[in-house]
Amino acid sequence: MKIIIVGCGRVGAVLAEGLDAAGHEVIVVDLSTRAFDRLSGEFKGQAVRGDGTDEDTLRRAGAVGADVFLALTEGDNRNVMAAQVAVENLEIEKVVAKINDPVRAAAYAELGITTVCRTTMLSDSILAFLKHEPSGIPSVIAAVAPHHEHAASASAEGKA
Amino acid sequence: MFVLVVGGGKVGYYLTKELVQSGHEVVLMEKDRNRASQIADEVGSIVVPHDGCEGKYLGEAGANRADIVAAVTGDDEDNLVICQMAKHHFDVPRTIARVNNPKNEELFRHLGVDELISPTRMVLGSIEQDIPVHELLHLGAIDSELQIIEAHLQAGSPAIGRSPSELAIPDGCSLFAVVRDGVATALRPDSVLAAGDKVIAIGGAECEAGLRDQLIGAAAEE
Repeated sequence: MKIIIVGCGRVGAVLAEGLDAAGHEVIVVDLSTRAFDRLSGEFKGQAVRGDGTDEDTLRRAGAVGADVFLALTEGDNRNVMAAQVAVENLEIEKVVAKINDPVRAAAYAELGITTVCRTTMLSDSILAFLKHEPSGIPSVIAAVAPHHEHAASASAEGKA
Repeated sequence: MFVLVVGGGKVGYYLTKELVQSGHEVVLMEKDRNRASQIADEVGSIVVPHDGCEGKYLGEAGANRADIVAAVTGDDEDNLVICQMAKHHFDVPRTIARVNNPKNEELFRHLGVDELISPTRMVLGSIEQDIPVHELLHLGAIDSELQIIEAHLQAGSPAIGRSPSELAIPDGCSLFAVVRDGVATALRPDSVLAAGDKVIAIGGAECEAGLRDQLIGAAAEE
């Protein structure tokens, strides 16, 4: 699979190395070249410096035709915007954005982006460790339907 | 009308002041506490010192009953998220976003932001107005679809000596006025156009090629 990762922070770097080692074609995009220091010498994928919310940059990096797009920068909104460029303009099927605000995470799943929320993930782990009830909010929310397919899926649901 | 303004920079600050003065109900969200309290000292307790990108605070500021949400921070991605949260999560009828990168305009429109304000595009527009160009000039937008366009007829324009009824103006586009020697007059089907005229048209982006053909002509093309 061809996988684009925007944001080479801790999560981005770990995933880039893991997916690369598993034999996938991995392209990592980050604004800062220093972020790429996190990648080990064994990483065989591409590291591209640039703005992952910018369509031109993503196209130049080779994002066209990618199977998976992961938006994992430190900023919720940067992730949301990068993910929407991937869904809407690059028409990538599987798009995941890291979002720390649980309300935003739920809202964006409805807009066609699978969201992973670190806040609920961490707090649920801690609650479980303390043997308390979990928050009840899912930390991974699958995309409902890609934005540009809303009309199609709405008519398909009509028969249900 | 209840307007929720997000971003207390220069634009948000003056916007809030103007709206209060004209009698609207306004709440301003600014995440920087110092900046928020500084503005609150002047405009009163209508400033919420929190991040308007965060769903919880957007709700607390009253997004669910806002008639308009105006996202005017300096960051495009923040403005996009604010408008989308307002529109899809809080059902706000009208969202307005400031867009700094002109390349983001189409994406924002496509993603459901109702109105875009682009300072970059505006400055670009005024610069283009000051220098002689053969191109069509965008004077402004009526809504997200329609543009007000000015065509400056130079010598060699195929429209000179002809009237609008003799030109093949593209569908969905209308020539409505002509500015000659600084005087604007309504354009009638039989008005005869002359060199130096500025023809004002309204139309969508798809009309531009046709308009350029009819009013600017091949002479100006490079």
